[in-house]
Amino acid sequence: MAQAAVAKSQLSRERIRAAWIFLVPMLAILALVAGWPLAKTIYFSFTDASLNNLSDAQFIGIRNYIEYVDYGGGEGEYYGLLAEPGWWRSVWNTIWFSVTSVLFETFFGMIIALMLNAEFKGRGFVRAAVLVPWAIPTIVSAKMWAWMMHDQFGILNDMLMRIGAISEPVAWTATPDTAMIAVLIVDIWKTTPFMALLILAGMQMLPGDIYEAAKIDGVHPVKVFFKITLPLIRPAVMVAIIFRALDALRVFDLIYVLTPNSEQTRTMSVWAQENLFQFIGPGRFALGSAASTMLFLIIALITILYLKLGRVNLEGSGR
Amino acid sequence: MNMMKLLKTTAFYALVVFIVVESIFPFYYAILTSFKSGQAIFEIDYIIKDFDWSNYISVLSSGTFPRNVLNSVFVSTVVVIISLFLAVTAAFALSRIRFRGRSLLLLTILSVSMFPQIAVLAGLFELIRGMGIYNSPFALIFSYMIFTLPFTVWILTTFMRDMPIEIEEAAIVDGASPWVIITKVFLPLMWPAMVTTGLLAFIAAWNEFLFALTFVSNDDQRTVPVAIALISGASEFELPWGNIMAASVIVTIPLIVLVLIFQRKIISGLTAGGVKG
Repeated sequence: MAQAAVAKSQLSRERIRAAWIFLVPMLAILALVAGWPLAKTIYFSFTDASLNNLSDAQFIGIRNYIEYVDYGGGEGEYYGLLAEPGWWRSVWNTIWFSVTSVLFETFFGMIIALMLNAEFKGRGFVRAAVLVPWAIPTIVSAKMWAWMMHDQFGILNDMLMRIGAISEPVAWTATPDTAMIAVLIVDIWKTTPFMALLILAGMQMLPGDIYEAAKIDGVHPVKVFFKITLPLIRPAVMVAIIFRALDALRVFDLIYVLTPNSEQTRTMSVWAQENLFQFIGPGRFALGSAASTMLFLIIALITILYLKLGRVNLEGSGR
Repeated sequence: MNMMKLLKTTAFYALVVFIVVESIFPFYYAILTSFKSGQAIFEIDYIIKDFDWSNYISVLSSGTFPRNVLNSVFVSTVVVIISLFLAVTAAFALSRIRFRGRSLLLLTILSVSMFPQIAVLAGLFELIRGMGIYNSPFALIFSYMIFTLPFTVWILTTFMRDMPIEIEEAAIVDGASPWVIITKVFLPLMWPAMVTTGLLAFIAAWNEFLFALTFVSNDDQRTVPVAIALISGASEFELPWGNIMAASVIVTIPLIVLVLIFQRKIISGLTAGGVKG
């Protein structure tokens, strides 16, 4: 008896040692590719680094974030990231973009999931068709839509003029008023399938007998949806929303390609990337690093708040 | 009553048709445009009339595009192989062995997969230049680990966790080492999960843009997304839309075919990573 226990604990010790041997390469790579660069980015945000001069970057404290320059005689001005109107504009753009796109994606995703959850002829084909936007690379979607939204030869203007929704062609991506709408249309089009699939998976895990009972009792389908389906799929929807929101908050490629250099759509990631690699002035790299650090903090904060307030259980039940 | 039912069915199918058309029309229109050349491109058509392959010929025979496709294939394939290899062993440790700190590790891995790429961009740029792999496919293979690795580990862990303990027991009693258990017991059972995860990682690497734009500077070293984004004409106002659409169709068709073939597996993989975790 005791011998067996000793053998067993030795076995589990051996397995734990094996576990760490298996984990170390993966963890080492993650530390090298994620941990170290993150620390380096945060460090750069406290220096005067520029793209041509990374190695000699000098520590300058929080001056990239905020600095009061005294002109004497009671006059002075604030400089740094937190005093930069362009940065705050990009923060606002990012939040506006994320909230709007995720709201619409959840709404449309819900409709598509409900549709795919119903029994009808050709459901397999429809599910495949719905997946197509998800399978298309973001850059390709951006280019496809840029062409469809072309001000002179775009088919979108042609369609809208045919049905009388607009009277003259709209320069979707170039007009300040419509640039954000253009970006939102493409993003919602591309990512709704993902939302729909996650919500559908949540729906398919629901027990069928509740619906049987509701049907026998003659409960109206709309009431069934709000009183039964929605509360039960809430955890799945909450997780889908956080995944999508984290994706939307870091959006870069779509905006970079569809509406380059547009003040109306420049998000935090685009602002940071431009300062890091495109504006080669002194200290620009450091300013871009400060913006990257802020974006990281904002995303971390939103995630923690959402997980706390939404009581999302990311660990699942099986662990 | 019957009238009502008919109306409802019609409305339902109208919605279905609308969603299908809305989903596939943009890609259909890209194909339509890719077959047009010269002045035809500026005429708006809804039905494919022209079958002119000249855009495809021009994209594939001149410039660096064929090379860019090869770069993308190389980078994505190597990324998938490395991350699957590291993830299978790590997932075994995380799902089949109890040890202290396991849930903390899982949480760390999950949070890395949610990292905004821009947050590591500056540090990664310096590291990649320091390693001397700037402007080479290895810069991308290395940096793509930040999103493929956590994601493959996470999905494979969920798959392995759901397997019954019995499949391992006999091997443990026979005194097989963990490595033998992975290769002889789990791998034969895991291949469907590996295919799904590998495919999702492949798509993620194939589509990546920010790192590919930042860590590579020569046209012939670029991957496909950046190459397409940077296709330009004589001036900003004369983009060669026919070429852009032909290139887009070339890189998207394989993805759509793969996604349609592995539809069910992909959905289960996505939801394993999403709903359960």
